[in-house]
Amino acid sequence: MNFWNDPLKIVADWLTGIFTGWGMPAVIAGVLVAFIGTLLLITVLMVLDIFLVWLERKVVARFQDRLGPNRVGLFGLIQPFADIVKLLIKEDTTPEGADRVVYNLAPILSMMSVLILWAIVPLAPVMLGVDLNVGLLYIIAAGAIGTLSIIMAGWSSNNKFATIGAFRQVAVMVSFEIPMVAMLLIPTIFAKSMGMNGIVQAQNTWYVILSPLGALIFLIAAIAELGRAPFDMAEGESELVSGYNIEYSGMKFGMFYAGELLHALTFGGFWAILFFGGYRFFGLEKVSPFLAVIILLAKALVGYWAIMWVKYTMMRIRIDHMLAFNWKFLTPLSFVLLMVTALLNALLAGTPGWVYVIGMFLSNVLVAWIALEIVRSVGRKERVKAEAPKPALSEVERVAAEVHH
Amino acid sequence: MTAQQIIFFIVAAVTFGSALMVVTSRNLVHAALWLVSTLFGVAIVYALLNAGFLAVVQVVVYIGAIAILFIFAVMLTRREQLESGQRLNSGWWLGAFIAVLVFGGLFAMLQGWSGFSKASADIPVGFDAIGQLGNALTSPTGFVLPFEVASVLLLAALVGAVYLAFNRK
Repeated sequence: MNFWNDPLKIVADWLTGIFTGWGMPAVIAGVLVAFIGTLLLITVLMVLDIFLVWLERKVVARFQDRLGPNRVGLFGLIQPFADIVKLLIKEDTTPEGADRVVYNLAPILSMMSVLILWAIVPLAPVMLGVDLNVGLLYIIAAGAIGTLSIIMAGWSSNNKFATIGAFRQVAVMVSFEIPMVAMLLIPTIFAKSMGMNGIVQAQNTWYVILSPLGALIFLIAAIAELGRAPFDMAEGESELVSGYNIEYSGMKFGMFYAGELLHALTFGGFWAILFFGGYRFFGLEKVSPFLAVIILLAKALVGYWAIMWVKYTMMRIRIDHMLAFNWKFLTPLSFVLLMVTALLNALLAGTPGWVYVIGMFLSNVLVAWIALEIVRSVGRKERVKAEAPKPALSEVERVAAEVHH
Repeated sequence: MTAQQIIFFIVAAVTFGSALMVVTSRNLVHAALWLVSTLFGVAIVYALLNAGFLAVVQVVVYIGAIAILFIFAVMLTRREQLESGQRLNSGWWLGAFIAVLVFGGLFAMLQGWSGFSKASADIPVGFDAIGQLGNALTSPTGFVLPFEVASVLLLAALVGAVYLAFNRK
């Protein structure tokens, strides 16, 4: 075993050796090494986050037929650093009547809820924080802390727009959590594991082929969970000015903003891990863990790009439409899909691989087709009702109208 | 004292302090936020006991659903979020007495248990705790009946909620 095959373990052993050489007890040395590892991961993520600002602005500019930042540095790469300096030297305002402790805690919790997600992301077969056997539930738990941070920000700002924004965001997050949990169970059924690494290792066929509908519903639920367009009624500039983060200025706002970008990349990564094979790509991940990290990051960026694509193409939908879409369409559909997948998984257990794959794929297509047909027929009925001519005047009314003339 | 014990005492102190703040805080939203802190402390205790699944479920269900619902309900129904008046009534000593009595009783009872003073054994590598739990909850020889009865109860609550909220035209 050398550095190129298992870099984290080699470095950790080396550091532990140094620390214990100084006469430090092994337990404390282990904690210290774990702490340094965490610090390193967070630092890398935060630096990556700075460039995500640039990336997001560049991509949105392309979608809107503009150039985006291109003045400071090569391709405008230094622009986010200028933004950070601006954020840091801005006046740090706190609204009158704000609940100071809660107000200041909210941006920290918001960032934290994103960063803790990376504890379970398998960057490479040997590079991951912890291989939690309940990894998928952990995603939902971290999302719960994110919800909490938004409701804290909205309430403590002492601003009605912030409170309404927080209400809306929580409504979105709480309702879309349900299809998301159901869709997280689909890779669990295929992989027979809830651990992230187990799911990636079991993915000899990308799960997007086994369950394309599952991948799509997961993406929709993830976008809603992120509070991005078309589910961004929490911000709703045209009606709420800026929503839950309206009163925040400077770096506190920056925390919410950077948290949102990193959250989007993280969910792009989860989409890649759960449905697109994670760090696996035609056996390349076995060559070197570093290559595996690059593969995962590339897939995560593709997922992130898809999320941005949706955000900058779709218009914001109304909150009642959003709730109806979730509760009357997405939730039943995801439950039906989950049941069909679980049943078929049991029925096709003994069959050869290709039968299993084709059966799963066709079942997904069938479920999607039936769901769309039901929606279409309901929509047609609604339209007929809306377009129906006004009921003709009764005889008495007609006579009355004539007399009136 | 091992590292685990130190962590346990810190977590227990934080949980206990937050629980006290839940009942003594004047601001209802603050009380709900202290409740979140208490529940999080309990989740950490589960994690210390090697019950990762329970720890995560504790966060998902209690913080993600119930505490958020509390905060929501307080924010939506109350115009004034500050409680006025005394935080304690004249019977506080009775409540404290019963709490101490229960704690003392449990402590005395557990003294007789052989595992009370032993450190917990390490779970062997590859032990699938969550799989065992799943099997126990769904096997006919295990706890399938209580599990199903609990789900029927939840379903009844759900139907009741829909019935109450249903707008009859």
